[in-house]
Amino acid sequence: MTQIVELLLLLVALTNFVVLGTTRLSTCIRAIAVQGALLGLLPLALYPGGSLHTWGLAAGTILVKAIVLPRFLRWAIREAAVRREVEPRLGYVASLLLGVAAVAAAFAISRQLPLLEQAREMLVPVALATVIIGLLVLTTRTKALVQVVGYIMLENGVYLFGLIHVERVPFLVEVGVLLDVFVAVFIMGIVVFHISREFDSLDTTRLTELTD
Amino acid sequence: MLLLALLGVPAVAAVVAYALPAPGARAAWLGLSASGHLALVALAWFAPPAPVFAGWLALDALGLVVLSTVSGLFAVVAWYAVGYLRRASPRGGRAFASCLLAFLGAATLVAVSHHFALLWVGLEGMTLAVAPLIFHRHDRRSLEAVWKYLVISSVGIALALLGVFFLATAQAVAPGGRPLVLDDLVSGAAGLQPAWLKAAFIFLLVGFGAKMGLAPMHTWKPDTYGEAPPLVGGLMAGALTSCAFLGLARVTQVAVAAGIAPFVRPLLVGFGLLSLIVAAAFLIGQTDLRRLLAYSSVEHMGLLVLGLGLGGLGSYGAVLHLVNNACVKGVMFLAVGNVLLSAGEGPAPVLTGALRRTPASGLLLLVGLFAVTGSPPFGLFLSEFAIVSGAFQGGHYVIAFTVLALLAVIFVSLSARILDAVYGPAPAAARVAESPWLVAGPAALALVTLMLGVFIPGPLFRALADGAQVLGGWAP
Repeated sequence: MTQIVELLLLLVALTNFVVLGTTRLSTCIRAIAVQGALLGLLPLALYPGGSLHTWGLAAGTILVKAIVLPRFLRWAIREAAVRREVEPRLGYVASLLLGVAAVAAAFAISRQLPLLEQAREMLVPVALATVIIGLLVLTTRTKALVQVVGYIMLENGVYLFGLIHVERVPFLVEVGVLLDVFVAVFIMGIVVFHISREFDSLDTTRLTELTD
Repeated sequence: MLLLALLGVPAVAAVVAYALPAPGARAAWLGLSASGHLALVALAWFAPPAPVFAGWLALDALGLVVLSTVSGLFAVVAWYAVGYLRRASPRGGRAFASCLLAFLGAATLVAVSHHFALLWVGLEGMTLAVAPLIFHRHDRRSLEAVWKYLVISSVGIALALLGVFFLATAQAVAPGGRPLVLDDLVSGAAGLQPAWLKAAFIFLLVGFGAKMGLAPMHTWKPDTYGEAPPLVGGLMAGALTSCAFLGLARVTQVAVAAGIAPFVRPLLVGFGLLSLIVAAAFLIGQTDLRRLLAYSSVEHMGLLVLGLGLGGLGSYGAVLHLVNNACVKGVMFLAVGNVLLSAGEGPAPVLTGALRRTPASGLLLLVGLFAVTGSPPFGLFLSEFAIVSGAFQGGHYVIAFTVLALLAVIFVSLSARILDAVYGPAPAAARVAESPWLVAGPAALALVTLMLGVFIPGPLFRALADGAQVLGGWAP
């Protein structure tokens, strides 16, 4: 089972880099959907012979992260009629390099922290790397929709870390995460929709009227 | 039972408010439910409620102080809304009252939860409940404000959740203890893994700090307070920030019990000083009244974490300051709301000479100015005095003098703009009628601030002292 877990985690890390390197919005969304599906499979691989709890978590995660959210994002694209041009503030090569640095940093930090037995070798570093790369996408991309993708990655990283505690800490934590992603992105999506109607563009660099 | 009632009243009231057809009925219902909630909170002072759900929900002294502050401020804002909704129609329409009540319910959850994940859910709920209310004018500036608010606070809340997970990890190595329950974390603090606990503290500080609006995570604040309807701004500055501070105080409580106070105190003091510096710098020459209040809020949040970080008398000062800050922010935001209402919409609203155009609100603004800058005999004088004394007692003379200098700068900048708003020329000179709904609430809050500066009732003093004690401090 350990090998499957590591394979899944490796694929999660790869999807992060796909988002960092792509120029197309639809590729971003596909990558985030794949990442959601991988996150759904992880609890089953981590806790084999899973209880009802792990199965429920897996099903819920796949439903929300791999199906509902990507669909919702695609709907937002259609409504706003934008398709390509991720338009980073930072070049693609630079962001990929920063992504590599993030992974290295995540591994270095996790070395320093005493780990629990549930925390498989790669789980914590990949979780931290996903958080950092999510923040990177959120801060270096200008399109509102891509920022939402970055936020989902950040949430995914938090979720990955939470997997350590699936068996120890009751349900509530996971429900909180799913609810949070769902609602936050939902509202952000609505706002994005409004942004497009208001300015005919999804570019947040144009939101610069409020300054001191 | 009382705890469940406290949570249930706003939740049920929010649903009922949505079902009521007439806007007037919704506003009256909002006021009535808020008063009902306040009555239940008052009952909790006389009959301390028993913990429920295996200790996940409990009301200790610190929680009770925050709950009473939030509930009192909310009741004032709710009755103010009755008058406000007759004059203006903020965004949200039918859902306006429901969103406000949901906000109250989530705030109650934060105040009574002794479980970090529940506390997090409550803060998340508060954030989401006010988000639709900020976007009240369908224009570019309002949109920008809500976008900034959503991005910064949702990132903050995500990092805070990671902090909660780190806290669970720190506890996982310790034998026994219910996961993430505050009381077990404190009693088993010696067994917490220090590295994970420190990491948890940093993430929770950044996450809850973003919610409080500590510098450098404060950038959403001026925009949001500048664009939100004033009563929503008042609730955010008085209630949302207080609840986020409670979250931070809870982690500090665990950290102090675990003996990593030397690690957390400098961090808190640093964020506090930085917030004061940023507030002082941006207040100079600030002309927009609501942005002025936003930076004033950054200042007061800075003072809160500064007191928390200094410990000793500073902890007492911080808890007292929380109550004072909520009252005075209520006075200021609602009074500014009245001034804006009387100025009317338009490209160049008249924002000077409030004393002549709207005498009662002008007077409230003037009283609020003296209160918010910590002049005696108002409550903020006492709490700021306690925080600065905490610095002197701890031997941090540089910090104490820096804070005093910054407070002086802030006093001058705030006075310059607000005195202009109160006494400045009033071109139209026409007096605008003031509805008693719009004046009574802020006046009551001003009286509470005044009372806290002169006399602190016994039970409140004991609650403040207990609160200060769990944070590693003491009362005078």
